[in-house]
Amino acid sequence: MRKILVAATAAILATGAGLLSASAADKLKIGFIYLGPVGDLGWTYQHDLARLAMVKEFGDKVETTFLENVSEGPDSERSIEQLARAGNKLIFTTSFGYMEPTLKVAKKYPNVHFEHATGYKRDKNMSTYSGRFYEGRYIQGVIAAKMSKSGVLGYIASFPIPEVVSGINATMLGAQTINPNIKIKIIWANTWFDPGKEADAAKALIDQGADIIMQHTDSPAAMQVAAERGKLAFGQDSEMIKFGPKTQLTSIMNNWGPYYIERVKAELDGTWKSEDFWGGLKSKLVVMAPYTNMPDDVKKLAEETEAAITEGKLQPFKCPVIGQDGKEVECKGGTHLDDGQVLGMNFYVKGIDEKIPGK
Amino acid sequence: MQLVLEKRAERSSTIALVSPLIAIGLTLVTMSILFAMLGKNPISALAVYFIHPLVDSYSLQEIAVKATPLVMIAIGLSLCYLANAWNIGAEGQFLIGAVAGSWLAVKTNGTEAGPWVLPAMLLLGAIGGALYALIPAICKVRFGASEILTSLMLVYVADLLLDYLVRGPWRDPKGFNFPTTAEFDPVATVPVLIEGGRLHLGGVIALIVVLAGAVLLGKTIKGFEIRVVGAAPRAARFGGFNSNQLILLTFAISGALAGMAGIIEVAGPVGHLQPGISPGYGFTAIIVAFLGRLNPVGILIAGLFLALTFIGGEQAQIAMKIPLDVTKVFQGILLFFVLACDSLILYRFKLIFASPKVSRGAH
Amino acid sequence: MGLIEAIILAVLAASTPLLLAATGELVTERSGVLNLGVEGMMIVGAACGFGGAWLSGSIIIGALCGIAAGVLMSLIFALMTLGLAVNQVATGLALTILGIGLSGLIGARFVGEKISPAPRLAIPGLTDIPMIGRILFGEDAFVYLSLALVIGVWFFLYKTRPGLILRAAGDNHASAHALGYPVLRIRLYAVMFGGACAGLAGAYLPLAYTPFFIPGMTAGRGWIALALVVFASWLPGRLVIGAYLFGAVTILQLHAQGWGVGVPSQLMSALPYLATVIVLVLISRARTGGSTAPAALGTVFVPDR
Repeated sequence: MRKILVAATAAILATGAGLLSASAADKLKIGFIYLGPVGDLGWTYQHDLARLAMVKEFGDKVETTFLENVSEGPDSERSIEQLARAGNKLIFTTSFGYMEPTLKVAKKYPNVHFEHATGYKRDKNMSTYSGRFYEGRYIQGVIAAKMSKSGVLGYIASFPIPEVVSGINATMLGAQTINPNIKIKIIWANTWFDPGKEADAAKALIDQGADIIMQHTDSPAAMQVAAERGKLAFGQDSEMIKFGPKTQLTSIMNNWGPYYIERVKAELDGTWKSEDFWGGLKSKLVVMAPYTNMPDDVKKLAEETEAAITEGKLQPFKCPVIGQDGKEVECKGGTHLDDGQVLGMNFYVKGIDEKIPGK
Repeated sequence: MQLVLEKRAERSSTIALVSPLIAIGLTLVTMSILFAMLGKNPISALAVYFIHPLVDSYSLQEIAVKATPLVMIAIGLSLCYLANAWNIGAEGQFLIGAVAGSWLAVKTNGTEAGPWVLPAMLLLGAIGGALYALIPAICKVRFGASEILTSLMLVYVADLLLDYLVRGPWRDPKGFNFPTTAEFDPVATVPVLIEGGRLHLGGVIALIVVLAGAVLLGKTIKGFEIRVVGAAPRAARFGGFNSNQLILLTFAISGALAGMAGIIEVAGPVGHLQPGISPGYGFTAIIVAFLGRLNPVGILIAGLFLALTFIGGEQAQIAMKIPLDVTKVFQGILLFFVLACDSLILYRFKLIFASPKVSRGAH
Repeated sequence: MGLIEAIILAVLAASTPLLLAATGELVTERSGVLNLGVEGMMIVGAACGFGGAWLSGSIIIGALCGIAAGVLMSLIFALMTLGLAVNQVATGLALTILGIGLSGLIGARFVGEKISPAPRLAIPGLTDIPMIGRILFGEDAFVYLSLALVIGVWFFLYKTRPGLILRAAGDNHASAHALGYPVLRIRLYAVMFGGACAGLAGAYLPLAYTPFFIPGMTAGRGWIALALVVFASWLPGRLVIGAYLFGAVTILQLHAQGWGVGVPSQLMSALPYLATVIVLVLISRARTGGSTAPAALGTVFVPDR
């Protein structure tokens, strides 16, 4: 009994020491806060792949920790602070809802650097980063209009936040370059993640005449429904070809790896500073999965569109952008809408018949 | 072989004291096996769960913050359960309280409103929660509809109402369309007690609620009525107690407490109204109420203890890379053992080694 | 395939997991036991069902694994509430917490895998009948199994003696016990049946609905099943109506958006719950014809010896 007690005390002290002495072995400790489980096959999954890629790059120089399934409510501030207290010097908080909590913790820990995904508030030790996913949406719009026989696209949306609205608009603008009369049907699933509901939404869209399914929700359920019905679909967040080998046209992949590597490198070099990074095709944060299940001419067109956007020759929100009400949207960026207009996008472009929910 | 329960002549007070210890002991053994199976050192894992959070002031504060809503809600629920009124919709009352209080915060946002805002918000939260709780109570008293089920259904309605408000009318106009209200003004925010920490005034309110609950149950006639109606409804009827009135009363109290917990959580740790303000507090509080044996002091201990497992679980994820799912399993097992051991207070377990038929013959 | 036919097919599929889980819970509640852990049993059923099917390559083995997992979970519940006389509400909630954790642990290694879903029936001659053939004979076997199960439960409860005894145990356990019926054993079987159905309902999701496993994929369907039992006022016939109504509201809400009907989706989503409350009030008020809640629902029973 005494032996066990001694062993127990020793073990407790040992782990205690491990917890408290932050810079054990001089590794840079990096923390991640995830919204979903790492196995969600979507948003969180991609962030975790990026974390692993970053670990592979730096090997022994870094040590990473993540907290998964952190709800965006009252628990998130504590979770972030726990990571800061455990000696993490760079902390990535990977969902919009962590914005205020990250800001609060950042004020308390001025020597820790924070990276918040998809938000708009920054501080001297808190950066933001996000992806220009609308660039990929534009390409999808072009492909969809080429491939659609019925002229009706089906779009499963999650929540009417600007990122989703700008994705819908970019899709439509891309599609209109091919077919000015293209129609889009939008169903709001009001969830990022409920495979059953996503499948139901895909069925409803197909039943209403859509023959191309695109989604802004996380799971491969819609892809599988499209596959079963013999329609075509786009993946979301990650490579989903496995779930629709004869169905997936391409997928917008969130490729956070290069950004994480860059930021960790800056941290290791001591050159980290607060920034607002918004990466697209050019910076390879947005990567298109191989173009499949389409004729060569469509594939060529898609590749050309991708190249044009990457080189900056083509702006998805090139002026004039005509709103749903028929009026031209103010052109703040000179030749195209500026980042602020895209980040706060709260209108549909002409050609979309429906209304944005809550508006 | 058959397991048989035998009712004790009276509550065993020895076991009442010992049973939580037995339960924790059993949990520790089970979890050690599970940790060993996962290839983690059981002793250090358990130390991270149970000891580390207790040795620094930051974690202690966090435990108190986490326990605050749980304890407040559970005290109200315990009154209901003692009176045999089965309110399991505290989650909905929590949300409606948050909505009702936030209404004022949203309306006064950016104005010159004075320090009266926060007290008024707390009051509104309590009223909102109480009114929402009265719906199932009235359905029960007036129509005999099962309050267990109506109160549960109304949780979803509350959730969707909150969702509608923050995505529609109450959305922060400067918030890029994201589903949240603007950050509350300082006068609409629950103050923190210790500079730099997160422990807030709600913790004190929760303690007052515990005290009030203890006084109500122990020292007042209403408290006596509640206990009698629950324990011996027939005797209560002969005694002239009105059980319907008590159902309304206990539902209203528990709704008010849940609603106030809701607005405290929103005006305190969260700072604005948004979907997902409750990680299931209303449901977890039901467990807290039973873990605390429907006794105010017991609930306080149970709430703190459950909060400890949440904080410990997070630290285990950080320090030992133990997946969150293990923490869930751990909580489930712990709850089962505690509830099972509490059964020993009222009952004696017996194993009968004979075929059931024979034992019935001997009956 | 016509639009109406397509909508009906979607409703059938969306309602099936609800109907399966609710049928089990109905029997459990009829015996006097309230098991709030349906969601927990379902999610473990989903993880084990997918695991079984993926490892064995057989949908049937997957379904059996889901059922077995549901039964095992329900046995924990039975041990607590029947064996040790612990409060049913608290135990059910704890079971859900445990189930969510367990399913995550069990399912972790299956994430990202896929299987071929349960095949749709194709009965020569019947499935090809226009309009109705596809609906009556062309979905996966689970859809029809769930209906058969409800009919079986109806027959059992109202046409057989054991069914009568089960209802008696749920309405007045003291009298049932006095008449010499083994109340606890009856309830044990009822709880196990509920677990089996919940496990199967959970397994339906990754085996037929969306053939892959993701943690949390039941997304609250277990709670809806609980609501359905109440909505149906504990009657198997109304359960079928309720489940399909619920499925129909879900699917039609999506279609309404596609048609551009501008109703707040939150209101549409809240309708089934509000309807449940109203139905409950109405049936409790009328008390004629229809059955109300089993009188002993949720109360602990310890036989005197």
